[in-house]
Amino acid sequence: MANTVEMPKLGFDMAEGKLVKWVKGENEKIEKGDVLAEIETDKATVEVESPFGGVVAKHLVGENSMVPVGSPIAVVIDEGETFDQNAVAPKKSGSSEVMAADQVKPEGEKVTQVEPKKEKVSEVGSQALIENVEKEPSETQDTTEMIKASPLAKRIAKEKGIDLSNIPGSGPGERIVKRDLEKAKAPDIKAEVQPKIKAEPSLQKTSGKDEVIEISRLRAAIGKRMLESHQTIPYFTITHSYNAEAFTTLRKELNEGSTDEAKISVNDFFIRAAALALVDFPNLNASISGSQLTRHGAINIGVAVAVENGLLTIVVKNADQKTLPEVSREMKEMAARVRDGKVRNDDIEGSTFTISNLGMFDVEDFTAIINPPEAAILAIGSAMQVPVVKNGTLSVGWRVKATLSADHRITDGAEAARFMQHMALFLEQPWRLL
Amino acid sequence: MAIITMREAISQALWEEMERDPKVFIIGEEVGVWGGTYAVTKGFLDHCGPERIRDAPIAEAAIIGAAIGSALNGMRPVAELMTINFAFVAMDHIVNETAKLHYMFNGQFRLPLVIRAPGGGGRQLAATHSQTPDAIFAHFPGLKVVAPGTPEDAKGLLKSAIRSEDPVLYIENATVYQQRGEVPDGEFTIPIGKSKVQREGKDVTLVTYSKMVSYSMQAAALLEKEGIDVEIVDLRTLRPLDMEPVIESFKKTNRAVIAEEGWKSFGVGAEIAARIYEEAFDYLDAPIKRVAQKEVPLPYNRRLEQLALPQVEDIVNAVKEVLK
Amino acid sequence: MEKSEHLELYRQMVLIRRLEETAAELYQKGEIGGFLHLYIGQEAVSTGIIAARQPQDHVITAYRDHGVAINVGIPSKVVMAELLGKATGCSGGKGGSMHMADVKKHFWGGHAIVGAHMPIATGLALADHMEKRNAVTICMFGEGATNIGFFHEAVNMSKTWGLPVLWVCENNRYGMGTSPERASAVSEIIQKACGYGMRAYDVDGMDVIAVKNMVSERLEDIRAGNGPQFLEVCTYRFRGHSMGDPERYRTKEEVQKFIEKGPIDNYRKFLLAEHISDEAGLVEIEKQAADEIVAGVKFAHESPEPEDEALFENIYVEDVERG
Repeated sequence: MANTVEMPKLGFDMAEGKLVKWVKGENEKIEKGDVLAEIETDKATVEVESPFGGVVAKHLVGENSMVPVGSPIAVVIDEGETFDQNAVAPKKSGSSEVMAADQVKPEGEKVTQVEPKKEKVSEVGSQALIENVEKEPSETQDTTEMIKASPLAKRIAKEKGIDLSNIPGSGPGERIVKRDLEKAKAPDIKAEVQPKIKAEPSLQKTSGKDEVIEISRLRAAIGKRMLESHQTIPYFTITHSYNAEAFTTLRKELNEGSTDEAKISVNDFFIRAAALALVDFPNLNASISGSQLTRHGAINIGVAVAVENGLLTIVVKNADQKTLPEVSREMKEMAARVRDGKVRNDDIEGSTFTISNLGMFDVEDFTAIINPPEAAILAIGSAMQVPVVKNGTLSVGWRVKATLSADHRITDGAEAARFMQHMALFLEQPWRLL
Repeated sequence: MAIITMREAISQALWEEMERDPKVFIIGEEVGVWGGTYAVTKGFLDHCGPERIRDAPIAEAAIIGAAIGSALNGMRPVAELMTINFAFVAMDHIVNETAKLHYMFNGQFRLPLVIRAPGGGGRQLAATHSQTPDAIFAHFPGLKVVAPGTPEDAKGLLKSAIRSEDPVLYIENATVYQQRGEVPDGEFTIPIGKSKVQREGKDVTLVTYSKMVSYSMQAAALLEKEGIDVEIVDLRTLRPLDMEPVIESFKKTNRAVIAEEGWKSFGVGAEIAARIYEEAFDYLDAPIKRVAQKEVPLPYNRRLEQLALPQVEDIVNAVKEVLK
Repeated sequence: MEKSEHLELYRQMVLIRRLEETAAELYQKGEIGGFLHLYIGQEAVSTGIIAARQPQDHVITAYRDHGVAINVGIPSKVVMAELLGKATGCSGGKGGSMHMADVKKHFWGGHAIVGAHMPIATGLALADHMEKRNAVTICMFGEGATNIGFFHEAVNMSKTWGLPVLWVCENNRYGMGTSPERASAVSEIIQKACGYGMRAYDVDGMDVIAVKNMVSERLEDIRAGNGPQFLEVCTYRFRGHSMGDPERYRTKEEVQKFIEKGPIDNYRKFLLAEHISDEAGLVEIEKQAADEIVAGVKFAHESPEPEDEALFENIYVEDVERG
């Protein structure tokens, strides 16, 4: 019978081979296992043995043909048999295209070469280019694809029927985010039907519309703490009026010739004064927990500073051991960090006694709420010129009022009052603070 | 409830499982006489004997290979790699053999082995001894990878790993063996393949695992002072990854930060972020931020090393960034 | 040895030969994919080893594993089905030529990474040692594998802990295309065992009886508690390293010399000379082997492909995820 020899797979990644040489010619006798042809793969030239014995009836491909694996390459018939060209249908495995390797012409080759586009731009004057550029913004303003909005915002807008092009974005890069949509009104809110009242237009004053604002996280957190403090701590207050002559004079002298960045503030004086006074009043530099009182080893003065939507306390650690200029510098650095949103953990942790200064707002005096778990807080008013009595006669002097709020579980009126007196020593003899 | 360290948690799990099942044994370098280079197996040799606490030669491929062979043949080995940095010496046996034998032989082979390996940097051990290559091992199907961040999870997960019929890579952190935490009394296990919300919050989803869990807790405490409420989701297992609590949290907060000790590129965070984008795109209100090690080999110098490693501050800043 | 035992060994060797020749043809037709490493010329080695072992002894080998598969008793049609990637293959079509195994027969595969199975052999023996079982682990590997780090670690650990392993090196003179003279500092492989203080032996791998006897002795020696031992089996593969090997590293004349002294021809002569069988008897065995392989191919062709679902099966015992 007539047997077809196929191009063998000679390697795991072989897809086709080149039949470089017929070793057995047509009509030659061949035994099973004899070399029939030489095949060239990517890797080597290999001898292919005939799987059949008999006579080579026909070479189906010429030398130097590229043949895919599995395609027929020759027919071997038994000795004495005659070969009928038509009787043997070459087994097709996959594509049966057989091409002479050196005659390969891709059929119907599409002309894929692209003519280089003539550069129209070069013909256009620069004026025209500018016009084109200017046109763009107005064209794109109509399309919503250009609007920067988070996927969440887009979804909410779609659900509520809100047009994003009318919403200002507050996220980075003016991206519209969820909170921006919370302020937006959905278009299908019906206008309230006003009850018909005979109004006298000229006298009637229309009241403003209510503004509903979401309380910020920070404000909410502060509120929670203040409520707790106010409700649970049995506090009392003591106000002391300090003679501000000495330290305001010293301050002026120290700041003469200093740049703004290096100027010492009134508050800096109070930080140092409080810290030094606390050295002798450890009860006021303490915390209470159940029946235990902890008198802190360090004197860390916390200073309340205003931030957007709330309040932060920045802390000058070991303020009793630092000089006035050091305290001032540190305060400025921390305040800058707060402004830039780069406040560190260290800046806001560990306060043992807090001061709050509203002196820049013409405040005579005020009472601050204790910052738990601290024992006390000092509220400082404005330094003002007020009438004073000296040796029975009326004159004018600089005074500043400070009010201490203190926890009555930890201290009492006498101790607190003595503390306030002790502070006077430092404030009114300010050279001690340097 | 008792308060114990990570070291004690791991040690207790090993001890209890060895008592429970005589097929469990420990093999590794210096685990016996020395008591373990991180003292995890201190005292074990005297109690269990040299057959079950096997000091091995310095031959990681043989250690893991021996674990594989003995697991195939009926034992339940716990192999210790002195550090995960030495896993590369046995890489073939971990990812080619351990991860694939059960599959290639169509379920005939059973590999109930555990490989314990501590990783992490911050002790000036220099680049080749300080890596967190967890993501590489989590990449291979066929291997389970767990990395607990609390003593409770450390104890419970190790027990589950030892009892599992599948091979488990149990990643410890070499710098937090003294980290303390509450652990239930008595017998308990933690399931492999389950993430956990370690701290509830409503503003940002902070996804993390291993040492970064305690860093995240510290960051959350600081952020709380500024009125920011962070929800911490601890992955606990890297493969198979449980995204359900992550997605649930993200749908609530719409903003996510991922904190890991390894490098950012091609890391665990890349996978988590991709999955969040895939599964919760419409809930995204800001791009996801990843906190990770800087793209450098870790240097010896103490300050530089800390500069390279992710810190609590970095997590705090990332959370604030994502809330802008 | 009994006459029936002899004839059984001859049958196995001829069956392996027919299987390998048929596999080569199927590979060239594109029906077998990937790599195919033929055992032609080495049949006496695996046959002698498995004949010598007791049923509780373990055997683990590298990727040229079809011989061992037949010897341990995996049906040839199941081996064929695995080669064709069918669901009825011994590894469900998921392992292929290099990953045949049968755990019930203590045949632990079939491994593709050179030398990686050697530390695993140490582990198998470790478990037997710890559980005080009377089993030896036979680890087969090529001479090329004695150069990789895994060999050193595995052999060293086995000797240090006195584990029951027989390290069997099939030295077929070429690791892929590099002879030991070009790859090893010490090309007389048996010498390498000295570095580990292990007793070492060698045997002619073209003589199945010699292999069987030697392995029997070694196993009893190890079983008696004398620690691991090393056996170099000198053999030769008549075909390339794998399909597609152009064999530029050796001459046709050299190959022909070994073919003329091949294991099956040797044994055949022996069986006739010792009147263990006659020509007709041997021809009958050969015919039955040929028929068995033809039937095996038919079985494999008619077997189903694995289902798509099989892709995700057996990743874990406790399956928890989909890809």
